[in-house]
Amino acid sequence: MSTVLDIDNLHVAIGTANVLRGVSLRVEAGEVRGLVGESGAGKSMVGRTIFGLLPAKAAITAGRVSFEGRDLLAMPDKQRRELLGRRIALIPQDPMTSLNPVRRIGAQICAVLQLHLKLSNRAARDRAAELLSEVAIRDPAGVLALYPHELSGGMRQRVLIAMAFACDPSLVIADEPTTALDVTVQRQVLQLVERMRQRHGAAILFVTHDLGVVAKICRSMTVLHAGRVLEDGLTLDVLVKPHHAYTRALLAATPRADRPADSLRPVPPALIESLWAEAHRLDQLAARRPA
Amino acid sequence: MADLVLSGPITATPSRWRSALARGGARLWIGGGLVALLLLIALFAPVIAPHDPAEQDLMSAQLPPAFIRGGEAAFPLGTDSLGRCVLSRLIYSARTAVSVALIASLLAAVIGIALGLIAGAFGGWIDQSVSRLIDVWMAFPPVLLSIVLAAVIGAGLTSVIAAIVVVDWTRFARITRAETQAQLARDYAAAARVLGLTRAQALRLEILPNLVPLIVTLLAVEMGIAILVEVILSFVGISVTGDTASWGGMITEGRQIVYQAPWIMALPIAAVIISVIGFNLFGDGLRAALDPVQRR
Repeated sequence: MSTVLDIDNLHVAIGTANVLRGVSLRVEAGEVRGLVGESGAGKSMVGRTIFGLLPAKAAITAGRVSFEGRDLLAMPDKQRRELLGRRIALIPQDPMTSLNPVRRIGAQICAVLQLHLKLSNRAARDRAAELLSEVAIRDPAGVLALYPHELSGGMRQRVLIAMAFACDPSLVIADEPTTALDVTVQRQVLQLVERMRQRHGAAILFVTHDLGVVAKICRSMTVLHAGRVLEDGLTLDVLVKPHHAYTRALLAATPRADRPADSLRPVPPALIESLWAEAHRLDQLAARRPA
Repeated sequence: MADLVLSGPITATPSRWRSALARGGARLWIGGGLVALLLLIALFAPVIAPHDPAEQDLMSAQLPPAFIRGGEAAFPLGTDSLGRCVLSRLIYSARTAVSVALIASLLAAVIGIALGLIAGAFGGWIDQSVSRLIDVWMAFPPVLLSIVLAAVIGAGLTSVIAAIVVVDWTRFARITRAETQAQLARDYAAAARVLGLTRAQALRLEILPNLVPLIVTLLAVEMGIAILVEVILSFVGISVTGDTASWGGMITEGRQIVYQAPWIMALPIAAVIISVIGFNLFGDGLRAALDPVQRR
């Protein structure tokens, strides 16, 4: 199995605050890896680093990100742009705001196809309709002519999923794609992502805070806290035999069908505190060491 | 996977044009009507005007409008102190006003939007220098700046246009810059970059279309302003020369004989007011019609 994405010891700081403290993770070709963590754990920063969308004050202080063996951080902008959208795609978090409000759905999908695959207008249009029917949208031709505000949130998310897989990427980063949706639509969207993955053969890095989602669709998972990887392994192993106390606490705080709801326990504050203390100790150690 | 297929009909709105026009309301219709009327009058001035605007008839100077006692049917709105037909002069003045309004505001828009987009999109020192330039520029009283400029360049239509462009590009630059920044902060702009678009492509394909409602509205309002500035400049005598008809010039002439022949001054003032109201209503209606519910 070849490695699609290899992040090695990635450090990112915003101003003086460290947000990623040595994150390493690998995504193998065709696999779905979950990236789990609470708010502020740095999940989104990983995605932003890959897409070059870090905030202006953020700096990558150490580490490597390689995609299919090529160093993403070192490559010139032009080469990176050729990869983005074509080989690496994003399913954004909020379907309501991630489509351009004044352009028709068709124009937005065709723009990707024409930019990267150099399709003719006619061919791009046909391909766009095909993609929309792949994500189970009825009347694809009709939807192509609509504006985003004429679609529901679930429909827009389908459109965004179709756009992500438009150029047959080898890696799709799904940034909490179900968070903004109703629970009833969530399941459909998860099934859809899984189906598109099988059809187009892409690997997926699934960023989420929902262990239930991870259990459903991820083969392997990485647990992130305070910008550090606490646990990494096959989903089955991690969920059955978590090594780290934090993972165990997270699992105890997650509702499960085989357990009564009153047994849920919040993650102990003492544990969180000790984790942050450890992270800050590491920061000080790193600061003392000459670079 | 049957459960994945959405149920329920997907209906396209029957006519986007119709709903947009409905959103614009009466403002759009009245404003649009006035603007259209003004454009038609300007375009067909030679056909509509009963007389040559420069044709003098000293025997029938300062005639009142035809519907007042003492008026003559040949001069529907009376004559000025040189015996020129007021109606014809009003009609030909519309030409001057419209050409200044169109050319000056389009030029100001092009310059302002280009600078605003660049400043908004690139930030940093580029933004700083453009913004400071705008600040300094706006510290000058605009009409005074126009007067000085027109005086320096010399009288004439070109200098009026130049004066308006030089003063009013800031209006477009400031708003375009702010709106570009606001749009760039939205998710769809980030999503566009993630698709592999260059910054320039993202600006042209994603940002600019979102600015269109704003720009169109600004343009309409700016045309009203340009008409006013032209009037002011001809009132102080640094616009077109006396033999070319202009509302501002007519007001100046009428001012001296306002007690004997008030219509000579009142009519061009009414024309200015009506056209500026027309452009403002039109801009307002357009904003409502174009500003999509789709923006959220």
